[in-house]
Order: sequence, then C-alpha cells, then structure tokens
Amino acid sequence: MKIIVLIKQVPGTANTRMNPETGVMIRDAGETILNPLDEHAVTEAVMIKKKHPGTEVIALTMGPPSAQKVLREACARGADRGILLSDKAFGGSDTLVTSRVLAAAIRKIGDTNLILAGEKATDGETGQTGPMTAALLDMPVLTFVHRLEVNDMHIIARRMVEDGIEEIKADLPALVTVVKDINNPPLPTIKGYILAKKQKFPVWGPVDLALEDGTMGLKGSPTRVVKIFTPKLSRQTTFYTADTKEQLPGAAEAIIKVLKSRSLTEKGDRYGV
Amino acid sequence: MESKQSVMILAEIRSQQVHDLTWEMLTWGRKLADKLGVQVDCVVLGIEQGNFQELIHWGADRVLAVTNGRPDGILATPAARLLVEIIRAEQPGIVIAPATTFGRTIMPITAARLATGLTADCTELDIDPKDNLLLQTRPAIGGNIMATIKTARTKPQMATVRPRSIKPDGFDHTRQGEVMIKQYDTANAWPETLLSFRHNEENDINLENADLVVAGGKGMKSKENYQQLEELAVLLGAGLGATRDAVEAGWAPFARQVGLTGKTVSPKVYIAAGVSGKIQHLAGILTSEYIIAINEDADSQIFKVADLGIIGDAPTVVTQLIQALKDLKTDGKEH
Ligand SMILES: Cc1cc2nc3c(=O)[nH]c(=O)nc-3n(C[C@H](O)[C@H](O)[C@H](O)COP(=O)(O)OP(=O)(O)OC[C@H]3O[C@@H](n4cnc5c(N)ncnc54)[C@H](O)[C@@H]3O)c2cc1C
Ligand SMILES: Nc1ncnc2c1ncn2[C@@H]1O[C@H](COP(=O)(O)O)[C@@H](O)[C@H]1O
Repeated sequence: MKIIVLIKQVPGTANTRMNPETGVMIRDAGETILNPLDEHAVTEAVMIKKKHPGTEVIALTMGPPSAQKVLREACARGADRGILLSDKAFGGSDTLVTSRVLAAAIRKIGDTNLILAGEKATDGETGQTGPMTAALLDMPVLTFVHRLEVNDMHIIARRMVEDGIEEIKADLPALVTVVKDINNPPLPTIKGYILAKKQKFPVWGPVDLALEDGTMGLKGSPTRVVKIFTPKLSRQTTFYTADTKEQLPGAAEAIIKVLKSRSLTEKGDRYGV
Repeated sequence: MESKQSVMILAEIRSQQVHDLTWEMLTWGRKLADKLGVQVDCVVLGIEQGNFQELIHWGADRVLAVTNGRPDGILATPAARLLVEIIRAEQPGIVIAPATTFGRTIMPITAARLATGLTADCTELDIDPKDNLLLQTRPAIGGNIMATIKTARTKPQMATVRPRSIKPDGFDHTRQGEVMIKQYDTANAWPETLLSFRHNEENDINLENADLVVAGGKGMKSKENYQQLEELAVLLGAGLGATRDAVEAGWAPFARQVGLTGKTVSPKVYIAAGVSGKIQHLAGILTSEYIIAINEDADSQIFKVADLGIIGDAPTVVTQLIQALKDLKTDGKEH
C-alpha cells in the first residue's frame, strides 16, 4: 500500500505577519513547526504501516525551501521519504492553487491508495486543502475523522460531526482528514532523527508537475485578500467594584438586575431547540 | 445579465432534516441579495420533504430540493456532485453555506470542481458597492486580525459562514416563493456508504443555543471553583462555557470551549468569570447581546467588550451570586 501524508509548515508562535499590500502571509519570520494535526496524520500513517507490512509512507509538502524541516520531522516520526514542492511561482497560493499543486504531485507519484491530511492548519485555519485536493483527484474524501480502519480495498472511518458520530465506508483510493482524537503522537525517537538526518528530499517545481504559468501562486489564485484590519472592540461599560465584603451584595444585585430585565433569572426552556 | 445571478444558500442538513441554522444563512442571503437586487435560492441537498414553506418565510425566493434518489442521506462526495450540478444549471453569483462539518466538506469539493475561490469561516459578508463583488471577512492569524477577501475573476463567489455570526431575522409568513424538486443522476460510481450514525448523548448543543451562557477562565483559579459555575448554570438554566486555558487545565471538556477554535455563542447575556478576553476567545462571543465580565484586573481586555464590568475576585462574586439567586428563589416571587 502507498500512503501519502500532506503536511504543512506553520508559524510556531504568534510571530506571523502579513504583507499589507498583497495580503499574503510572511512565512519566513520566526520559528516554524509541523502543523500539529499533521503530526497526527503522520502518526496514523505509520500505525497503518505497522499493520500492513510493505506499506510506504510518503510525506508531501508545498512550501519554501525551509519546509524541508517538516519533511525531516515526518521521517523522524516514521515516514519513509519526503518530497518538497517548492518554487517561487508557488508563492502566495490560496487553498485552491495549493490543492492543484498537491494533486499534480500526487498524480506524478502515482498509484496511491490513501492520502491523509490534517483537518486544518493553525495558520490559515481553512480546512479546505484536503477536500479540494481530493476533488481534483476525483476521489472520495472523509473529513473530521477520529477513527480509521484500513483494508486493502476500502476504509471505514468515523467522522465526528455536530450531533453525533458517522461511520462511513469508502472505496480506496480516498483522502481522509484527521482530528486530534485519532491518536496520541509519540515523541520521535533518537533513531528516527538519525535516520531522517540522512534523508535527501527531491524538490519538484512547475516543470516537474507540468503546471502552466498563470495557474499557480498569487496569479492563479481566485481569492485575494483586499483588506486587513484589527477588529475594534468597544462597548460602553458600566463598572462596579467588588473589592470589599460590603460591596459584594451590590455586585450580585447588579448582575441579577440585568438578568431580570431580560427574564433570565427563572430557569426555563430558553434553548430555542 | 449580472443582476440575474442569484445568491444561493445551502441549507444545513442534519439527520435528514433542515436544521434551524439555515435561517441564519437565509438572513445573510437576503441581506446580500437585496443589495444586489437579485433573488435568493435555498438549496436543500439530499432530501425531498421538509417544511420548505418555512424557508420561504425566512427569505428564500425559491427552494431547490436536489436529490439523486438515494435513500441513505447525504454524504460529502455525492452531495457535492449534486451541488456542482445545480450551480452549473442555475449559475448563481454567490454561494454560501454554514461553516459546519457539512458545509466545510461539501463547499471545498464543489469549489475545486468549479475551479473557483472559497473563503472559509467568514464572520461578516457584504457587497462592495463599487463592483458588486462579495466582501468576505474572516478572522486570520489566530483571530488577531480580520481579513477581507474577494473572489474577483471566477464565479460563483463561495464562502462558508460561521454559525451564530448573524441573528435570524426577517421572518415573514406572507412571503411567497416557489419550491422545486430536482433530481440529478450522479450515481454512476458510488464510493461512499453510510454504515451507522450514533447520536451524541450529552447535549452540548445547548451551549450554542442558550439565551444565557456562564463561562469561566483561568481567573476562577481551581477546578472546584469552576464547578461553582456549573451550579450557577444549573440554577439559571444557562449554558456552561470555558476558555481554552480552562479546558487545558482540565476543568472542563473541550465541548465547552468557546472561541475561535471552540464554539460560537450568541446569547442574550454572556457572563465571563475570570476571563482575560483574548481575541481568540472574543471571536466566539462578540454577537452576544449583553456581556457581563467579572475580573480582578480593571485593565483587562474583557472589559473593553463588557456592558457590565465587575471588578473583583471571580470565585467570591460567583459564590455571592449563587447565594443571592437562592435567596431570591426561597423568597418566593421575584419582586
Ligand atoms: C490559534 C489559537 C486559537 C485559540 N482558540 C481559543 C478559543 O477557541 N477559546 C479560548 O478561550 N481561547 C483560545 N485561545 C487562547 C487565548 O489566546 C487565551 O490564551 C485564552 O482565551 C485565555 O484564557 P483565560 O482567559 O482563561 O486565561 P488568562 O488569559 O490567563 O486570563 C485569566 C484572567 O483572569 C483574571 N483573574 C485572575 N485571577 C482572578 C481572580 N481571582 N478573580 C477574577 N479574575 C481573575 C486575570 O486578570 C485574567 O484576565 C487560542 C489561542 C490561539 C493561539
Ligand atoms: N502547503 C501545503 N502542503 C502540504 N499539505 C498542506 C499544505 N497546506 C495544507 N495542507 C494540508 O491540508 C491540511 C489543512 O490545511 P488548511 O486547508 O490550510 O487548513 C493540513 O493539515 C495539511 O495536511
């Protein structure tokens, strides 16, 4: 079996900036990490490999040259190899274009049985890349998966949806996006790191992927950030100080007054369901 | 020609039924369509029966119930095929869906198949009067800033919208509209089957629908103190929420997390006890009608969004409040 894991390099802390002109995130600022949910995706792939000997796990990422780092981490966690999709022309891609590039690479790799991705990344937080990539490859996609069983021809996945848990069977090849509950990623082992250190990652660009000019990067992206602003927070606040014992009853009274004026002090059926 | 392109709303379907969240979507749809002078189409995927007239009352000019004749509901890949077909047939200018597990799965598949843009998780939608394009505003970079996004070159312009980002509005039982049932045969290959569905036992949905929400943060100081809020919530019949830090401290399950990565609430009154009001938390509460904050730090950011600010020790104030409410009940009637 061949499993591809889509992984993304994301800013580690709150040090992300945006280019105010293009609205594109500046990704080379500060420390970066492997997107936390992708850690779960890699772990799941490695677990499947343990159950299905002969499985190959390939980590795939589109990003700047520095994204090699997350490929190395995926290998330290047990992926067999990694491929970096990197070129100036990919810069500023939105989720559709990212998916286009990933789908082209997956086609080039060929004969994939299963693709795993994180449900969403902590930087863009769109959760769109997985389903879009699957759609471009014309395969079924199962999102929000917290349990996965893999057989040779199909998978059975449990999806966490708002009002319950759906169990779905899908033919392979398929793409699955995972949520945190799917597993507990162990720390990478020293041996893993040593093996990963020796890895060389091929870098594929537009020519390797037969992608045409104008279909990639900012140019090829249908969405465009036109404005960035800081949300303005302001309400007229009435203050009440409750520093001393004497002031406490008054504080409670002030709250109760608000609740009463909105008929909220009596417990009742106010859920509107 | 341009003005004919409708605003298409995707109804939220849960357990084979149209979910009330659809009213919010229709409220957005009406708002946008009225600015553009076009009609609102409400697409209902996978079911042929329901209270479609109600959707018209909430703002739809047409209800398009689209099915493929399959009995077992609405799985993402086939549902997205249906949506693609209906978009190709109707050529809407804008398509919006709720940012739920349903919308967040079907919309990206659809957008990719149509090679158009999609903006996730918008909290605000508007029309740019200059070019009649959809302005899609969403929190970016962990909610610290807002970004407005446009899809200028491709159609339709697609967005998922956060639940509770607008109050359902504009119900009019005299509004007339059309209901159309459409069947598309997309069933040549069938990759997915629903094996089972297990409903949640605990009813955390209450939090999102509650008229009153009581939430605690790290300023509640301990799990025991946080549990006092539980008592308060029971006393008031309120939904119980928590900040991410309170969840991470193990005081509350993730299902109670309110904010960017948790739930969005929209109650009549939100009580925040020991909450600092970081932007990621605020992302989940800003549509509350009235916010009461209890915090010992007078400069805390939560007070910037509060209508009533109690400066003091949160656990103590909560204890006092519980006692006062109990007294109120034993006193018998409210004055
Ligand atoms: C990508 C991302 C997503 C996030 N998503 C969410 C989310 O969905 N929801 C969420 O809540 N957070 C989220 N966060 C975390 C968020 O940034 C804050 O860290 C968190 O909301 C803070 O929780 P808190 O208010 O409980 O704790 P703190 O920030 O530690 O605040 C505690 C407050 O209690 C006050 N206090 C202390 N002692 C007392 C006392 N005795 N009496 C009264 N007041 C007291 C303090 O003055 C302070 O204001 C996210 C962060 C990131 C980066
Ligand atoms: N540039 C990328 N390269 C590889 N995988 C990606 C990339 N961007 C997103 N993904 C995958 O898609 C998931 C969701 O990301 P997003 O759509 O950005 O929220 C991530 O968890 C990754 O698995």
